[in-house]
Amino acid sequence: MKFLCVECDQQMAFAERQLPGDGTLAATFKCPKCGRVVAMLTNPMETQLVSSLGVEIGGRTVPAEPFEMVHANVVTGGPAWSSDAQERLSRVPSFVRGMVKKIYGDYAKERGITEITPAVMDTARAELGLEGM
Amino acid sequence: MRTYHQLTDPDRSGLADQIGAQRKRVAERLAGVRRIVAVMSGKGGVGKSYVTAHLARALARGGRSIGVLDADLNGPTIPGLLQDHDARRTTHDRPEPASGLDGVRFVSMGQFLDDGAPLAFTGPSAESFVWRGAMEASALREFLGDVEWGDLDVLLLDLPPGMQRYIEVCDILGNPPAVLTVTIPTPESRDAVRRAMRAAVDRGSTLLGIVENMVGGELKGSAGDELAKEFATPVLAQIPWHPTRDTWNQLAAQL
Repeated sequence: MKFLCVECDQQMAFAERQLPGDGTLAATFKCPKCGRVVAMLTNPMETQLVSSLGVEIGGRTVPAEPFEMVHANVVTGGPAWSSDAQERLSRVPSFVRGMVKKIYGDYAKERGITEITPAVMDTARAELGLEGM
Repeated sequence: MRTYHQLTDPDRSGLADQIGAQRKRVAERLAGVRRIVAVMSGKGGVGKSYVTAHLARALARGGRSIGVLDADLNGPTIPGLLQDHDARRTTHDRPEPASGLDGVRFVSMGQFLDDGAPLAFTGPSAESFVWRGAMEASALREFLGDVEWGDLDVLLLDLPPGMQRYIEVCDILGNPPAVLTVTIPTPESRDAVRRAMRAAVDRGSTLLGIVENMVGGELKGSAGDELAKEFATPVLAQIPWHPTRDTWNQLAAQL
């Protein structure tokens, strides 16, 4: 994909990519001669199609992470639990275990934490005031 | 106005280069895998995953290093068949395969999903058919290219029914994998499996042979023999309804 500034007959250069968080994508391109900037805006479906290819508009700035597409796009139902964290969760009384698991899961999800460990649980307890859970 | 090819400045997105890098990553990751075998059918319900898991275990018991990639993303069963129900926690964020019965290493979408949860992707629900197939192909590419498979004698790919996943595997690998075909005895299975085998031959895959599953019960027919004759490939095993360890060992000895 290339953009041409017709007036200057110049190929425009990629300038910036933004992901507003609503499933859309914005990429700006600038004419090196006159400085005009245009934005390419994709709708959620178009954005998803690009994402599904595992490529990035504007090029990669960091190497791909393992399972990048799967982590970003598969609905996994929440972060993973380490074995230690699972064991600790199992000591929570069963009638509140589900609720406690959800609290920790939401905490991790909001912070982009992909695996809940005892350390994460400790931090969450302190931050959320969950002493005893 | 100039056209795309007349603009010669570098395309910073470099999508073609990014795709090329993905392929290179897959090739590097699979460099230690001596042989890739796709277990396929074209017909659902013939026992591909069951055959894959037990064949993998038999090969591993024979001293070979075996991996299984559960390429049935929508109906993953390998974690259950290899009896590692806790695999999710061990591989969710790490690129190592899980370890199942008899030391068979495996990766499955089942490790990423909650129990009973269907495979779903984030993104707009409307018109999802446009991008869902590409998402699944991308997930498959990550399973092949991101997992640290290490040195394997054989990597078995447990394919879902139909031909789409096989075609995706061929595209991702760059070379068609060898194919082990699974059928049941019935004429209906024969006809569906024939199409799959024809597609595999057309793509350039080597046919290793046919496994006829669920033999000796109510299912009537001779699909295995008929397909073997038609494609000049052997029937490697006829699996009864209650196979023994010897059944699988004998199959493994032929691969």
